[in-house]
Amino acid sequence: MPAYQFKVNGASKTVEVSEDMPLLWVLRDHLDLVGTKYGCGIAQCGSCTVHLDGVAVRSCALTMAMVEGKSITTIEGLSEDGTHPVQVAWKEMDVPQCGYCQTGQIMTASAFLESNPNPNANEIKEAMNGNICRCASYSRIFKAVELASTKMG
Amino acid sequence: MAPKDTTITFSRRSFMRTSSLAGGGLLIGFNLFQACKPNASPPVDLASLDYNDFNAFIKIADNGAVTIFSPNPEIGQGVKTSMPMIIAEELDVSWNNVHVEQGILDTNNYTRQVAGGSQSIRFGWEPLRQTGATARQMLVNAAAARWGVDAAECRTSEGIITNAAGETLTYGDVVKDAAAMEIPEDVTLKRIKDFTIIGKDASNVDIDEIITGKPLFGLDYKAEGMVYASVMRPPAFGQKLASFDDSDAKSLAGVLDVLQFGDKIAVLANDTWTAMKAKNSLKATWEEGTALESTSDHDKILIGLLDGTDFKTLRADGNVKKAFAEADKVLERTYESPFLPHNCMEPMNFFANVTDEKIHLVGPIQTPEGTAKRIAELLERNFEEVHLEMTRMGGGFGRRLYGDFAIEAAEISNLARKPVKVVFSREDDMTDGIYRPAIKYRIKAAIKNGEVTGYHLKEASINSNMYGLIPNFFPAGAIENYQVDVANYKSNITTGAWRAPYTNFLAFAEQSFFDELAETMDVDRVQMRLDLLQKVKGTKDDRIQYSPERMEKVINMAVEKSGWGTKKEGVYQGFVNYYCHNSHVAEVADVMIEDGTPVVKKITCVVDCGIVVNPLGAMNQAEGGVIDGVGHAMFGDFAFKDGKPQATNFDTYRLIRMKEAPVVEAYFMENEHSPTGLGEPTLPPAGGAVANAMKAATGKRMYTQPFIKQAEAPSMPEKEIIG
Repeated sequence: MPAYQFKVNGASKTVEVSEDMPLLWVLRDHLDLVGTKYGCGIAQCGSCTVHLDGVAVRSCALTMAMVEGKSITTIEGLSEDGTHPVQVAWKEMDVPQCGYCQTGQIMTASAFLESNPNPNANEIKEAMNGNICRCASYSRIFKAVELASTKMG
Repeated sequence: MAPKDTTITFSRRSFMRTSSLAGGGLLIGFNLFQACKPNASPPVDLASLDYNDFNAFIKIADNGAVTIFSPNPEIGQGVKTSMPMIIAEELDVSWNNVHVEQGILDTNNYTRQVAGGSQSIRFGWEPLRQTGATARQMLVNAAAARWGVDAAECRTSEGIITNAAGETLTYGDVVKDAAAMEIPEDVTLKRIKDFTIIGKDASNVDIDEIITGKPLFGLDYKAEGMVYASVMRPPAFGQKLASFDDSDAKSLAGVLDVLQFGDKIAVLANDTWTAMKAKNSLKATWEEGTALESTSDHDKILIGLLDGTDFKTLRADGNVKKAFAEADKVLERTYESPFLPHNCMEPMNFFANVTDEKIHLVGPIQTPEGTAKRIAELLERNFEEVHLEMTRMGGGFGRRLYGDFAIEAAEISNLARKPVKVVFSREDDMTDGIYRPAIKYRIKAAIKNGEVTGYHLKEASINSNMYGLIPNFFPAGAIENYQVDVANYKSNITTGAWRAPYTNFLAFAEQSFFDELAETMDVDRVQMRLDLLQKVKGTKDDRIQYSPERMEKVINMAVEKSGWGTKKEGVYQGFVNYYCHNSHVAEVADVMIEDGTPVVKKITCVVDCGIVVNPLGAMNQAEGGVIDGVGHAMFGDFAFKDGKPQATNFDTYRLIRMKEAPVVEAYFMENEHSPTGLGEPTLPPAGGAVANAMKAATGKRMYTQPFIKQAEAPSMPEKEIIG
């Protein structure tokens, strides 16, 4: 099996996996980073969102060839101790219900606010629309992104 | 209402036991699962019990720190936070000083000291309060004994006991003494106005772990030597496995084994992806076992049932036939809904390790005991050999009441003799479901002299019918001639509970019907409902489930908060009120036309669920329930063709997303009634509120879910009003 080299949360990793294995499963099953969630496998729900060189991507649709030599940030590396402004906002708003989709929501929101620190309501909705929350905590997700923007801006 | 004096005698209290901890401190054990069961019975032989029979514990350390160990699974409805809040309130400690842990406690390092009581603690408000109050009373008794004073003169606050002379002891100071004392039989509950924890916002106790991605969920669980299993199941309901070729699957690197069990084939591999990929490369042929059914068949069959006479009558008051015969006017409408999958964000999964010595099971499930029993029976093992641990659950919505996925894991591990994790792909999860059954309702009302004199509700459903309490919900008792009839068709498509079973669709049907009834009678929609409620007040009929007074209050508050009847430019409103899961709810939807399309902008939701334990969590539940209700009414569609589900993933099954989610303004009635359901009751009315607002906005009435289908279809002909 081919070997792939890339960085995860700042650390260099080499994995030997089949060439069609998506990054999601490399993270979860081979690198034990299970904060990145499986939801649909076809880039429709956003639960598996990570940052690829700072850009939010769906790790279920990313082959290792696309990741080779790149830098990946997962929820485990977003901050050392849960103190990224988006995580703090999530806590202040008490967003989660079941909580399963929330790491993906946080990764989408954090990359979005890096590129657009002062978004308006429509921009927030547009940016977060790719992430499904089956418990429908959408009101609080929206408010938490708004709150985080005041912390980051 | 004046607070009741809450001294109670404890006849059903104490499936409870205390001991001192080897490392210092007091441990109080009680059993929540036992309590969960509606038919829980007292243990036959108290002396034979040990701590393994307890699964919930309060630990009070000698520094006063309180830990509540609760095995109670968290699906997302917040009970892991709210249930310990109730205990902590009566224990009278500071919530900041309470730590909540889920999981099995290591029970090796404490010894039994005192056993007391005679019956299981039943799940819920009173028993949890009694548990906390009993623990508090033990500590007070210990302090009183040390001081040589009467316990009745002692007061507590935030973990400190004070006597009449003003001397103080902390809970930590007396835990050792308390552990050796009798469990008190009579305890006094707090007055509701003295609550300091209940009714105050508390964050989700798992918030830090959730936002940092800690392994909380079943899918995150790993064990030494564990392999992953992906299962191929018959693609259509009714099919059986004829034969299969696994040569491609076996040739993939990382594939360990391919096993057949029943009509299913499991592929075992070193990781999830390889297991799923190998499963997809299996070449299986399937043969028809039972009929392959399609939604078009069901539509005809259910309408046939509604047209027929083969019903079971669940409630009949007066004589509806006579009421229709004598009516000035009769209104009859039919409402239709599809099957729905649950689509928990965390797909079904379970871990099993079956060895000669024991069966170890770990995963997200709501029915641990029943599932463990079924597995013991299936594998012909003793129930005592089965050890089941629960994880946090990535959503439930009813799906995790069923143990099929855990049973599969056990079967596969039993064959492979390895620790196995079964993982459903999203496609497996959606197409091998236990669905909300497709249902059709027909409602008929008789109008005479401007009054509703008759009401006849008929249900035609797949596999099962509404539970027995539903016919006693509103408007039962308000209409003299009232009848509820049900019929069902047995299908091979598996069906089960889905968030707010039956009422999740019935609320839309009935509340749309009331709206149209008010139009037909040319009366005010809200006043019509209030007039009906008047007739239920003072009823002697103890079958009636709802309170007309409490319903009236939520209606009035919804009118006020939503600005109902005060015409705002371009805003069209729809009104509903509903009772289910012991809670009373009224909702108003605001719809506006944007680019020629009706858009749901806001839902005002007023809930009476008694005392709100945790307002922060309650608000999230209410908002989520409303948006979930709007989403499934608008978009949820799940059809079958020749036994095969037509939607397989989120590209073909539409769930509501942020852009479509309306603003939800939720309000809770303030009263001193015991808490009732909140995870479910805000969902059912939402579809009706939207439908009624869409009628106001577009003139088009919704009879079929999902609305998007009807909105896109050519306008339906107005159904005829007979008479």
